[in-house]
Amino acid sequence: MLRFLLVRILQALPVIFVVITATFFLVRSAPGGPFDQEKVVIPEVRAALEAQYRLDLPLHEQYFAYLGDLAQGDLGPSFKYPGRSVNEILFAGLPVTAELGLYALMIALVIGVAAGVFASLKPNTAQDYIPMSLAMIGICMPSFLLGPLLVLIFGIWLDWLPITGWGDIPGDKILPAITLGSAYAAYIARLSRAGMLEILSQDYIRTARAKGLPEWRVVTQHALRGGLIPVIAFLGPAFAGLLAGSFVVETIFQIPGLGRFYVQAAFNRDYTMILGTTVFLSTLIVFFNLVSDVVAAWLNPRLRQQFKGGSA
Amino acid sequence: MNTISPPAFDAIEQGSSLWHDAWLRLRKNKLALLGGAVLLFMIVIALLTPWIAPYSYEAQNLDLGASPPSAAHWLGTDIFGRDLLTQVMYGGRISLAVGFIATAVALLIGVTWGAIAGYVGGRVDAIMMRLVDILYALPFMIFIVLLMVVFGRNILLLFLAIGAVEWLTMARIMRSQVQSLRQQEFVEAAVSVGLSPATIIRKHIVPNALGPIIVYTTLTIPSVMLLEAFLSFLGLGIQPPATSWGLLISYGAETMEEYPWLLIFPGCALTLTLFSLNFLGDGLRDALDVRGSKD
Repeated sequence: MLRFLLVRILQALPVIFVVITATFFLVRSAPGGPFDQEKVVIPEVRAALEAQYRLDLPLHEQYFAYLGDLAQGDLGPSFKYPGRSVNEILFAGLPVTAELGLYALMIALVIGVAAGVFASLKPNTAQDYIPMSLAMIGICMPSFLLGPLLVLIFGIWLDWLPITGWGDIPGDKILPAITLGSAYAAYIARLSRAGMLEILSQDYIRTARAKGLPEWRVVTQHALRGGLIPVIAFLGPAFAGLLAGSFVVETIFQIPGLGRFYVQAAFNRDYTMILGTTVFLSTLIVFFNLVSDVVAAWLNPRLRQQFKGGSA
Repeated sequence: MNTISPPAFDAIEQGSSLWHDAWLRLRKNKLALLGGAVLLFMIVIALLTPWIAPYSYEAQNLDLGASPPSAAHWLGTDIFGRDLLTQVMYGGRISLAVGFIATAVALLIGVTWGAIAGYVGGRVDAIMMRLVDILYALPFMIFIVLLMVVFGRNILLLFLAIGAVEWLTMARIMRSQVQSLRQQEFVEAAVSVGLSPATIIRKHIVPNALGPIIVYTTLTIPSVMLLEAFLSFLGLGIQPPATSWGLLISYGAETMEEYPWLLIFPGCALTLTLFSLNFLGDGLRDALDVRGSKD
């Protein structure tokens, strides 16, 4: 297990390095500098600015300087908001996005697992078809459509819930969390149904039933552990998706989180901000993929075995 | 499907009966058939749009402004008095085109990559698939946003960027197919008569791995279309004067309080198409008996 963990971490490091390097050179190769604005900047000011942001150095020196800063956890200053560092902006947005993501994930897990397990108990009956049709709707309804629709119905027509903001008015976190979580609830429902169906057809489940265990104990104590492995493995990618999804949801509901900052930075061509956010988010995502892989392996002895036998 | 290794003379008959069986199974799945029919309808409409659209794409009627659905404008008009049905039809052309072309890019790269890795095996396979693993771990959504910002929003880049993301799973599926196929006798026979690896892959491996590829392709198209709509919604995808369903939804969301139909109809068009593709894909998966190709 320790070796598995170690190899996985060693695999994750090059990924993060590739992300940093690729992003750095992508952003630097972008046409037009950050100071190419409408108003003409005096040459001296421009030179001072470029020196401050190290744009006067050769590219490779900029790169190594950036790596050096990164190693100390410094993502550099923001181009667009003078006096604010990328770190400050990120750490202002992170708690908001994390909270939103957490609520969405909770909704997704509770509804998704419940619906999936429920459907798997009586496959190919109404108990299966109804939740699974709903799940299909959830998958096909993108968040940027679901969000506005929910706002229109519950915020404007029914006037039950606030439609923008975050933590200003009670209840303003409900619609964003549902919007972000629903697609994942749907996906998790499908995954847990498939996983449960496979496990429920195995011999050890038949054995458990033959011993006379009540059905709910067969399900909760024997089947769930194996049946939910696909869901656990999905949590890493789901986290990545939630972050990307937060771009849209935060834009729709005007929530001051990371996603909104990223989209704004993209539009403002705030290159240090884009660079910093990309590196930060990518590292987070790689980290969560790592965690979900490790947990899935921990839950599934067969996966560990396969790992020992083969690909190391 | 990987259990049959028929003698050469009745190979064609066997093959066709396999597809015939799949068709019989698919025909029983009403939802999948309905999905296929809706999809076909959408494609035909998209192809014929320049001739059958009720109004011209540029036609405005500023005096009319935004009006709800009526006999003259079935889906209503937007704030410039442009016919929404026409907009949705032209938007569908782009959304579907992005879906199909980017999927084709992914298909081409993924199938080639996976076939080579699986067929050659050994060290080449290890390196090629490790590369796929690394790319898999990259947060692509963020990268696509970055790409669109850095290189400007052009549609060709959009195709390439989306296609470049989606080929990874295709490569994995193809590789596992090839690995199981190359053990089989008909491939051995092909090697023994001196066919080159490229010919064997093209003539013997790819056709036999077609089932999972078709299924996964059908399921890739909706995810590509979603990605395009997502980018367009953020303003990073299709740019005006061109339009797509994602862009129409984004405009609709801005004015939905006053003119809800501008959000609802493009939303319906996108959701319905995604629905059809997913149902068709699921139906094909059952009909061709492909296990969990995506998960």
